[in-house]
Amino acid sequence: MSEIEVQHLYKTFTAKDASVDALKDINLKIGSGSIFGIIGMSGAGKSTLVRCLNFLEKPTSGEVLIDGKSLGSLSEQELRTVRRDIAMIFQHFNLLMQKNVIDNVCFPLRLQGVKKKEAQSKARELLKTVGLSEKERAYPAQLSGGQKQRVAIARALASNPKILLCDEATSALDPQTTASILSLLQDINKNLGITIVIITHQMSVIREICKEVAIVEEGQIVEHGSVTEVFSHPKSRAAREFIWKDLPELHTEITVRERKLLPSEKVVRIVFSENSAFEPVISNMSIQFGKPVNILQANTRNVGGIAKGDMLLGLPEHPEVQSLMIKYMREKGLEVEEVKDDVDC
Amino acid sequence: MMWTAEIWNMLLEGIAATLYMTLASTFFGYVIGLPMGIVLNVTRREGLHPNAILYRILDFISNIVRSIPFLILLILLIPVARFLIGKSYGPTAAVIALTASAAPYIARMVESSLNEVDPGVIEAARSMGASNTQIVFRVLLVEARTSLVTGVTIALGTIFGYSAMAGIIGAGGLGDIASRYGYYRWQTDIMIITVIIIIILFQTLQMIGMRTATKIDRRK
Repeated sequence: MSEIEVQHLYKTFTAKDASVDALKDINLKIGSGSIFGIIGMSGAGKSTLVRCLNFLEKPTSGEVLIDGKSLGSLSEQELRTVRRDIAMIFQHFNLLMQKNVIDNVCFPLRLQGVKKKEAQSKARELLKTVGLSEKERAYPAQLSGGQKQRVAIARALASNPKILLCDEATSALDPQTTASILSLLQDINKNLGITIVIITHQMSVIREICKEVAIVEEGQIVEHGSVTEVFSHPKSRAAREFIWKDLPELHTEITVRERKLLPSEKVVRIVFSENSAFEPVISNMSIQFGKPVNILQANTRNVGGIAKGDMLLGLPEHPEVQSLMIKYMREKGLEVEEVKDDVDC
Repeated sequence: MMWTAEIWNMLLEGIAATLYMTLASTFFGYVIGLPMGIVLNVTRREGLHPNAILYRILDFISNIVRSIPFLILLILLIPVARFLIGKSYGPTAAVIALTASAAPYIARMVESSLNEVDPGVIEAARSMGASNTQIVFRVLLVEARTSLVTGVTIALGTIFGYSAMAGIIGAGGLGDIASRYGYYRWQTDIMIITVIIIIILFQTLQMIGMRTATKIDRRK
């Protein structure tokens, strides 16, 4: 059974003279113990979607089922009890600024009426898990962004949740800190079996730790599937855009548009996994067809623990040669797809 | 002018009356204003439990009371004082008027202090299953404490100033002494001494308040 199930979810925000359809017919199944990514541009509705999962935002219509139980059927009181099982972390950490680290971690337990001593020993344990034992007495203002997010994670874990919702949890952090927070989340998923839902606008985050991904655009899920599948064969324009933009840090400023494309050159993207990387396919192809191939960009990226290489190639201008080359590469086991003009690199 | 023991006694009594009126009125002002401010914050449109009717009623009361000049309020409330304490004059009667006039200001200050609390922190508490009552007492009042204490300091200062007018209903106090001797009797030296005492007292109250506010702030 899925831990989280969303059925025909709609959310409309109504202001005085206008209404906005933030979510339109969202359907999702998130399995128990998985790491599920939801990616979208800002304003796509992903933050509203994640808030519907714990009913911080009440859907206009549709159902959210947690462990088969419909949240819409619960009273306010029952909802508060269910929320203890669905922890949440945020982009801006949202710690109590006037309380020190240990009191912040104790906070959800104290809300539930757990005795101070008991709450503190649990909090110390969690601070050890997130590697912040020595910061127990510090106040949030004295911590770095990464440390604050670790405190927030410890706080989220305090009530032994079954689900952890992460709303742009790494968006305010630098790449190194992001990596360390992501690996902490991965450990938590592995060791505690907590289902993790990650909301982000960064493909790199999805690629690093998610197994499944849903792409949200203008309030709708435009694509949905395993991360490997979506990465290799993105079907929607939105998915392709996220993948193009996911460049290694140092190369972000170099885009295809800035490179000199030959007049009628055709650009294709190829994806190869470890086993296909041994044979010099591109170089052999160039020799076989007697035409040069322009390598516009090449990367190796970690997709869910598997190294995936991808390249942007500019193929020579003759249409027959182009299609023969594409056929050749496909025969050699590479994933090939054309880069369309609608992708804004 | 002779600096007799009589005059020093009068000044001491004046200090006592002023401090009594200021502290008691601030205290009772918060007894009424704090809950009122919390309700204003909670019932506003972006609040934890929006309630337009309750908000408008409190908003209206607070605006009406604040628009009556204190001197007039002092006189208007004489029957109330007589009813509550059996006396229409003296420092305690003045405390009633000062409280009535300060409470709506205090409510406004409390409301705005609570409005400043980061909505993200409130959302985090809601995501943990906190009830509205828990959010008020464990999040709003805790996170806003620096601003609330600054508010207390401002309230003390304002009430201290208003208490000078309480002489009109025979409440005594330093303001009363300064005006009687300085204005009616032309004894400028006594007035100057009284004013100096007023300045020292006022500054002390403000300093204690601001230092406390800084001391309990953990945001830096």
